[in-house]
Amino acid sequence: MATADQKIDALIKRDYQAGFVTELEADAVPAGLDEGTIRVISAKKNEPAFMLAWRLRAYRHWLTMTTPQWAHVHYPPIDYQDIVYYSAPKSGKDGPTSLDEVDPKLLETYEKLGIPLKEQEMLAGVAVDAVFDSVSVATTFKEKLGELGIVFCSFSEAVREHPALVEQYLGSVVPHTDNFYAALNSAVFSDGSFVYVPKGVRCPMELSTYFRINASNTGQFERTLIIAEEGAYVSYLEGCTAPMRDENQLHAAVVELVALKDAQIKYSTVQNWYPGDEEGRGGIYNFVTKRGACRGANAKISWTQVETGSAITWKYPSVILEADNSVGEFYSVALTNNRQQADTGTKMVHIGSNTRSTIISKGISAGRGQNTYRGLVKILKGAENARNYTQCDSLLMGDQCGAHTFPYIEVKNPTAKVEHEATTSKISEDQLFYLIQRGLSAEDAVSMIVNGFCKAVFKELPMEFAVEAQKLLGISLEGAVG
Amino acid sequence: MLSIRNLQASVNDEPILKGIDLEVNAGEVHAIMGPNGSGKSTLANVLAGRENYTVTGGEVIYQGKDLLALAPEDRAREGVFLAFQYPVEIPGVSNIYLLKAALNAIRKHRGEPELDAIDFLELVKGKIALVEMREELLYRSVNEGFSGGEKKRNEILQMAVLEPRLAILDETDSGLDIDALQAVASGVNALRSQERAIILVTHYQRLLNYIEPDHVHVLAEGRIMKSGDKGLAHELERQGYGWITQPAAGTSP
Ligand SMILES: Nc1ncnc2c1ncn2[C@@H]1O[C@H](COP(=O)(O)OP(=O)(O)O)[C@@H](O)[C@H]1O
Ligand SMILES: [Mg+2]
Repeated sequence: MATADQKIDALIKRDYQAGFVTELEADAVPAGLDEGTIRVISAKKNEPAFMLAWRLRAYRHWLTMTTPQWAHVHYPPIDYQDIVYYSAPKSGKDGPTSLDEVDPKLLETYEKLGIPLKEQEMLAGVAVDAVFDSVSVATTFKEKLGELGIVFCSFSEAVREHPALVEQYLGSVVPHTDNFYAALNSAVFSDGSFVYVPKGVRCPMELSTYFRINASNTGQFERTLIIAEEGAYVSYLEGCTAPMRDENQLHAAVVELVALKDAQIKYSTVQNWYPGDEEGRGGIYNFVTKRGACRGANAKISWTQVETGSAITWKYPSVILEADNSVGEFYSVALTNNRQQADTGTKMVHIGSNTRSTIISKGISAGRGQNTYRGLVKILKGAENARNYTQCDSLLMGDQCGAHTFPYIEVKNPTAKVEHEATTSKISEDQLFYLIQRGLSAEDAVSMIVNGFCKAVFKELPMEFAVEAQKLLGISLEGAVG
Repeated sequence: MLSIRNLQASVNDEPILKGIDLEVNAGEVHAIMGPNGSGKSTLANVLAGRENYTVTGGEVIYQGKDLLALAPEDRAREGVFLAFQYPVEIPGVSNIYLLKAALNAIRKHRGEPELDAIDFLELVKGKIALVEMREELLYRSVNEGFSGGEKKRNEILQMAVLEPRLAILDETDSGLDIDALQAVASGVNALRSQERAIILVTHYQRLLNYIEPDHVHVLAEGRIMKSGDKGLAHELERQGYGWITQPAAGTSP
C-alpha cells in the first residue's frame, strides 16, 4: 500500500524520533508521594523555580480532591502511596534481556503487525542499544524543523530551553484544578512532548512520538503541550499501534493544545496499551485529560483516536471553541474486548459565534467488553449560529458485552443547531456469510465488517496510521468471533 | 462435478429438503424451478454451507470431495459460488476492496501469488464491461444504495472475477427489468465453459429464454419431482406447477 517513498519517509521519521536524547538520571525515587517527592523530581530535572511552584500548587490542590466516580467503569481503589513517581528509563537490569523472555503472545502480535525485530525489542522493553544507524539523519531533520522555527522536543527539554513558552501556556487549557487525574499529573508529570509552530509555518512532516523510548518508559504521567501560532499547521501522531509492554498500571496523561488565529492542529492517537488478559488480569488504567483551545478566529482542532488497548480507558478529548468561526472535530473508534472497559467521548464547548463541531464516535464491544460514549455539547449564550453534528454508532459482537451512550446537550443560545444521530447494531449473520461465501475466513470477514463500520474515522488518520489501525483492529478482535 | 445423493436438511428442526438427487457435470447448465417455499434457496444455502441449515441425511460429492465436510470458506475457495437472492449491504467496505480480498483469498488457496493492484484493476475492468455495470459502483460500499438490478449485476461481476467451478445463482432474475436481465444473462453466458457448471435457481421461465439450460428440474416439497430438458420449462410456463406437485390433478383423460 505505502509507496517506497512513503516507507523511507516513515523510516526517517522513526530514526528522527529515536534520535532524541534522554537526560534523566539512572535512578528512582522510592514509592510514595509528598511534597518532598515533588521537590526531588523537580530538582532531578533541573527545573526553574516557576515549575516547582506550579507542581506544588497542583499537589496541594490534588490533596483536596477525590477520584471521580461518574464514569461507567469499575476497578479496585488505587493506592497512590504505592506508586513510584520518578524512575529513570529502564536499564538492562529491570527489563527482559532478550526477546526469549517476553510473553510469546505479545511477540505473535508484533509478528502479525509486521514489526521488524529491532523494533519489537524496543516495544517489548528489551534493553537494546537504541542508537539507530542514522543519527545524522535525525540531526538533519531536527535542523530542518529548526530552520522553520519549529520546536519539537521532550517536555523536560522545553522547560529548560523555552521556559517562557511553557510558563505562558502550561495549564492554560487544562488548569491544575481541572480534575483529580489532571491535578495529579500536574504535580508529578515525568516527561512528554512539546511542540511550538511559529506564525505562518506549516509543519512539513507528521510529528510522532512513536519512538520516543525515553518518554514511553517514564510515560506514566505524560504531559504534552502543542502550540500553533497564527496561521500555523501541525499534525501530531501519538502512540504506536503495537501493544507496549509496560509495568505501570496507572496512566494519567494530560495533553493541551492551543491554536491561535487561522491555525490548525490535527492530533491523532492510536492507543494500544496492554488490555489485560481474557480474565481481566493486569492491563493499564488509562485516565487521560486531553483538551484543545481555539483561541483565535478560524482556528481548527481535530482529535482522531483509535482506542483498542488498556483495561480501562477514561478519556474525553475536547475542544473549547473560544473564538469566532473556530472548528472542533472528534473522530473516535473505541474497541473493548474480553473484560476491557472504555468510557470515552468528547466535550465541545461553543463560546464564539459561528463555531462548528463534529463528533463521530464508533464504539465496538466484544467479549465482555463495556463501551460507553459520553459526550457534552455545550453552546454558551454568546455563541450565535453555533452548529454541532454528532453521530454515535455502536456495534455489538456477542451477547455478553455492553454499549452505553450518554449524550449531554446544553444549549443557551436559540440560534444553535445541534443534530444527534445514534445507532446500535450487531454484526449480521447475513453479512458474515456473504463474505465467507466469497472465500474470506470468519476472522477476516469480521475484521472487514468492523473496519467498514469505522471507515468514517479511519479516513481521518494519516495513511500509514490508518493501515496499521486496520490491522490492529483485526488483531484486537481475535477470538471474538463465534 | 457435483453429485447430490438423497440430501436431507432441516431448518430450525423443520425438515425442508426431503431427499434430493442431482447429478451435475462440468460444462452443464441446470435450471432448478419450483414454487415459492419449495426449498430452492435452502438447497443453495446447504451447498454453500450456511449455518443453521442442518444436513440430516445424504451426501454431496464435489470434484471427488465430501463437500459437506468442508468449511464454508473452503467451499468458496474450491470454486463454489453462490449468487445471493438478497445480496446484503456492507457499509464502509468498498466493492472493489471486497473483490480483491476475495480473489486473493482464493488465489492463495490455489497456491497462486496475489495479484498486484494494476493487474487486478485491469481484470476487473474487463469483467465489468461484461455485466454493463457502472464503474463508479466499484468504489461504493458493497451493495449500499444499489438498485435491485445493480445488486444482481454486482453478484454476476463477483462471479466473473472469481471464476468459480460451480456457480449457483439463486433467483438472480427476480425483480430485474429487461435490460438488467439481458446484462445478467450475457454475463452468465460468457462464463459458460467446459470446466464450469452452473445451477440456475429460478421461479420463472423467463430467464431461460436468455440462458439456455441443458437440464431442467422441478423442486417441490423438498424433492425433485421431475427432470427434463428445456422443453419442461416451457411446459411449466404453460401449465404452472400444479400438474407436477399434485399428480392426480395433472393427469389428463
Ligand atoms: N432461515 C429459515 N428459518 C425458518 N424457515 C426457513 C428458513 N429458510 C427457509 N425456511 C423455510 O423453508 C422452506 C423453503 O424455503 P426456501 O428454501 O427459501 O424456498 P424457495 O427458495 O424455494 O422459495 C419455506 O417453508 C421456508 O419458510
Ligand atoms: Mg428462494
